[in-house]
Amino acid sequence: MIRRAVLSGAVALGLSALVPLDASAQAENRIFRFVPHANLAVLDPIWTTAYVTRNHGYMVYDTLFSEDAQGNVKPQMVDTYSVSADKKTWRFTLRSGLEFHDGKPVTSADVVASLKRWASRDAMGGVLSGFIDRYQTPDARTFEIVLKEPTGILIDALGKASSNVPFIMPERIANTPGTEQIKEAIGSGPFIFKADEFKPGAKAVYERNPRYQSRGEPSSSMAGGRRINFDRVEWVIIRDPQTQFNALKAGEVDMVEQPAFEQYYTLTKTAGLKVIDFSPAGLQFIMRFNHLHPPFNNPKVRQAAMLAMGQQAYIATQVGVPELGRVCRSMYPCGTTYADENTGEFTGSPNIARAKALLAEAGYKGEPIVLMRPTDLASIAKIPLVARQQLEAAGFKVDFQQMDWASLVARRAKKDLPSAGGWNLFLTAWTAGDISNPLTMAMFNAKGDKGWFGWQDEPRIEKLKDDFARADSVEAKKKIASQIQTIAFETATHAPLGQYRQPAAVRDTIDGVLETPGVPVFWNITKK
Amino acid sequence: MDNFRKLWANGAFRFGASVLTLVFAMGVFAPLLGTVDPAVMDYNNINRAAGHTGAFTLVDGTQVAHAFWLGTDNFGRDLYSRVLYGARVSLLVAISTALVALLAGGAIGMLAGYFRTADLVLMRVMDGLMAIPAILLAIALVAALGASIATVVVAIAIPEIPRVSRLVRSLVLTLREEPFVEAARALATPTPAILLRHILPNALAPLLVQGTFVAASAVLLEAILSFLGLGLPAEIPTWGNIMAEGRTQFSQYPGNVLYPALFLVPTVLALNLLGDGLRDVLDPKFAKR
Amino acid sequence: MLRFVFSRLAAVVPVLFVVSCMVFLILRLAPGDPAAVIAGSSATNADIEQIRARLGLDRSLPVQFGIWLGRVLQGDLGYSYFLNKPVTELIAQRLEPTASLAIGTILLAVLIAVPLGAIAAARMGGWVDRVLSVLSVAGFSIPVFVTGYVLIYLFAIQLDWLPVQGYRPLGGKEGLAGWARHLILPWAALSIIYVALIARITRAAVSEALTEDYIRTARAKGVSEQVVLIRHALRNAAVPIVTVIGIGVALLIGGVVVTETVFAIPGLGSLTVDVVLNRDFPVIQGLVMFFAVSYVLINLLVDLSYLALDPRIRY
Repeated sequence: MIRRAVLSGAVALGLSALVPLDASAQAENRIFRFVPHANLAVLDPIWTTAYVTRNHGYMVYDTLFSEDAQGNVKPQMVDTYSVSADKKTWRFTLRSGLEFHDGKPVTSADVVASLKRWASRDAMGGVLSGFIDRYQTPDARTFEIVLKEPTGILIDALGKASSNVPFIMPERIANTPGTEQIKEAIGSGPFIFKADEFKPGAKAVYERNPRYQSRGEPSSSMAGGRRINFDRVEWVIIRDPQTQFNALKAGEVDMVEQPAFEQYYTLTKTAGLKVIDFSPAGLQFIMRFNHLHPPFNNPKVRQAAMLAMGQQAYIATQVGVPELGRVCRSMYPCGTTYADENTGEFTGSPNIARAKALLAEAGYKGEPIVLMRPTDLASIAKIPLVARQQLEAAGFKVDFQQMDWASLVARRAKKDLPSAGGWNLFLTAWTAGDISNPLTMAMFNAKGDKGWFGWQDEPRIEKLKDDFARADSVEAKKKIASQIQTIAFETATHAPLGQYRQPAAVRDTIDGVLETPGVPVFWNITKK
Repeated sequence: MDNFRKLWANGAFRFGASVLTLVFAMGVFAPLLGTVDPAVMDYNNINRAAGHTGAFTLVDGTQVAHAFWLGTDNFGRDLYSRVLYGARVSLLVAISTALVALLAGGAIGMLAGYFRTADLVLMRVMDGLMAIPAILLAIALVAALGASIATVVVAIAIPEIPRVSRLVRSLVLTLREEPFVEAARALATPTPAILLRHILPNALAPLLVQGTFVAASAVLLEAILSFLGLGLPAEIPTWGNIMAEGRTQFSQYPGNVLYPALFLVPTVLALNLLGDGLRDVLDPKFAKR
Repeated sequence: MLRFVFSRLAAVVPVLFVVSCMVFLILRLAPGDPAAVIAGSSATNADIEQIRARLGLDRSLPVQFGIWLGRVLQGDLGYSYFLNKPVTELIAQRLEPTASLAIGTILLAVLIAVPLGAIAAARMGGWVDRVLSVLSVAGFSIPVFVTGYVLIYLFAIQLDWLPVQGYRPLGGKEGLAGWARHLILPWAALSIIYVALIARITRAAVSEALTEDYIRTARAKGVSEQVVLIRHALRNAAVPIVTVIGIGVALLIGGVVVTETVFAIPGLGSLTVDVVLNRDFPVIQGLVMFFAVSYVLINLLVDLSYLALDPRIRY
């Protein structure tokens, strides 16, 4: 408070004396201080899928396409594009005047190298690569993607909002193999990363990129114009939720990305603060089965567990704020394109009688199931407690194993018998953007041993995913997505346990926070 | 008995013993002191203020009239019940830690003090242990062994073992030269008998004193581990746990942190004063912190 | 004396070896796989294996230890798995906040506790003595985070006199004032423990010193009480006081971890929690080396200070 008064007094004095302002006495309303939900440790958004790194990526890099608020993918760095009559050659022309932070222009060679690197890491990019015959760069502002056969996912993939995002980097940096981290953060995005001021674990600093050319249209979710109203953005790393709250209240920071749910009501009632939901689709809890070992290698037992679940309890316990949660049966989060109410027997409310019947049919004799719980991740630490209670109500015997997150992720990678270091169940949460289509949903990676943790082997899902990639209309894709979900419920790939939103908290001097699929973006925001 | 009267005359000992007896009784008789099941969460009673009375819904759906003397936490659990039951676990952890540290440290100290070769090896290991910050060791051990009462006890006890072993070692080194030990050796008494029958009884007093200090720091260390998210699993109420869970709402509902602190601080205080009193009376020369 | 110093410094080596072995074993044998944490939630087993190979985690334990030890002996503490920065750089970067916190706490504690303890000893039974006896035991019976939260609530939120959190470096834009303002509450919270500890020992040591013959002689010579207290009693009580300060510093890191978390200070304490939870082995091992060396050096300094404080001590 005192500091701000002194600073604005100094500014006023400076102006009135017509003395050029010292560069460090920037007006307070041109600095934005943000508390991210996690520590920014890795700066390479292709090497890791971590959300905080993705968010950093959006500061520093730009994308070819972006999704708008209606879910349509619109050009961003691309100016015009067209596809050949046989639908196999796609031609893109970049906007003019795009430059990297080191002053060099963005060329098609940079784009191709970046896309190749991205595709080597990203699941959807990997699927796309299977369709790509070659890249071509007829001139510096034009690039072409020549396909082996037509696919409907090309533009969607290039406009993908969440991890990994196909950010465009200079060719020399993009040539780093995807398995190594890049060493510089040079992009063509609206902000420049100040590597000299970066203190891992404490602070990351970005300055406005004066050379950035925003598109002219109004902003709509990730698409459209990206108008910057700050000279400087600071990411302040504060781990303790109470400290985050205190800092926001004292005006030391302007926005807290994910305040603890316990503070929600207080935030809505505190003067000077307001709650903003920039991610309306929110997140979803899930429970994943280990398909390799008994008893969950038997689909009836999986079904029984799935039908024993009641979403309301998860929301009430972990989220605690009724208006932030919603029951949503669909595996694709409600409010996203492929959300589908055809969920078989699963209703989101517990059906204990049916669960017990299925267990009896399957011949379940009370073998203990290993349920893992992370003790140090507050955002998902409570849901395994609910799971245990609901599973036990249906007649399961639960072997509750508590460990820290690092131990849990190590253990969930183990294919051993649950009693010998493996597992039967774990729970986690996903942002809606990451599970909104069958190609990106990790739980639908049913390649058996090579699939996602849980290792379901279901060739029908894999085949339908291939068809999805080949489909050329939204209607066709929706149909296939629905078919996949039907099989998913039949075979109980996992159980969706409730959808919820996690609003951010800002000072009421802040305006213009855009609604996105979960990415906090710093354009369009203003501060009084 | 004579000793006990001397102890009771010491103010610090009196205070410590009285408070500890009270806390112990609180824990033991918790079910009879107007509590409900500390793990039961009632969504209709979240964050109630102290003194609130109302209906509390149990697991099976029945409702009981209940006075929430210390209010409820953000799960809807009765704080008073949690604090009282928490006394059990916190005291259990404190005493177990002290016992483990004393037994292990005592054994190591005796071996090191009596046998030259053991001394060289063991004391280097103890030096190494002391050089690792207790917190880091505790965090690593809990992360390694998983969170349960046993592992938390071990994780808190291990950093205390070097100090205990040093104490016992220095005692043994002095006692070794005493005439009665030499006499026992001359009589060809087997070494274990010498250790257990002659040396140990003389080390008991300072060990006891050190034990109370270990117990005191165990209660604090458990609270710190819980604060960092590495303590006992959340359903087991301990004072540390309750405070850790309440910290996200401290400025709105300080009771979650302050009420358990109201019990934790006097308990640690009592343990420390108990140790002080014991030391002043029993053997001021040997006991050092 | 030089021989003493050298022999003590040489003793660091076996200690470091033991320490590094122990920590190495605990980490590698513990559950928790940094490769799996790095790989993230969308990964498959193949991704994790790839990362393990890149980090060298797929080799046998003795080989891993040998490689690490070899590099350490060349001064290379390795790279953080997660932050992709050299361990030495990470430690160096976060040293200043922790050092500021720790040194400030000890200085503050000594400046308050020693006079208090001396006065309490000089006027045994007086009100200073009585208040001190109670408060000193209370001081190290309160968990640091409770003190921290209470102080923040009172001084930063209600009264708005001081900042809620954060750290401003000494050489930074806000200079000395900013640095100090952000450290006042952390110093206050942490020093309570050490004031309690040091005051107790000071009182005990000074009161014992005051019973010595040379004090009677000094008083008989007509020396003023103040000089008696400071130049004679305190000087002679210095050894146990400095000893407990040394012990206190060793215990300090525990309090620093919590304080840095509560006040969001980016020091070695908060780094410790993060890297242990993430299983960032190289950083953990580097930190442990660092703490072990500091511990030995501090003990050495304490022992050397005895030379200056007590002429009877010779090495």
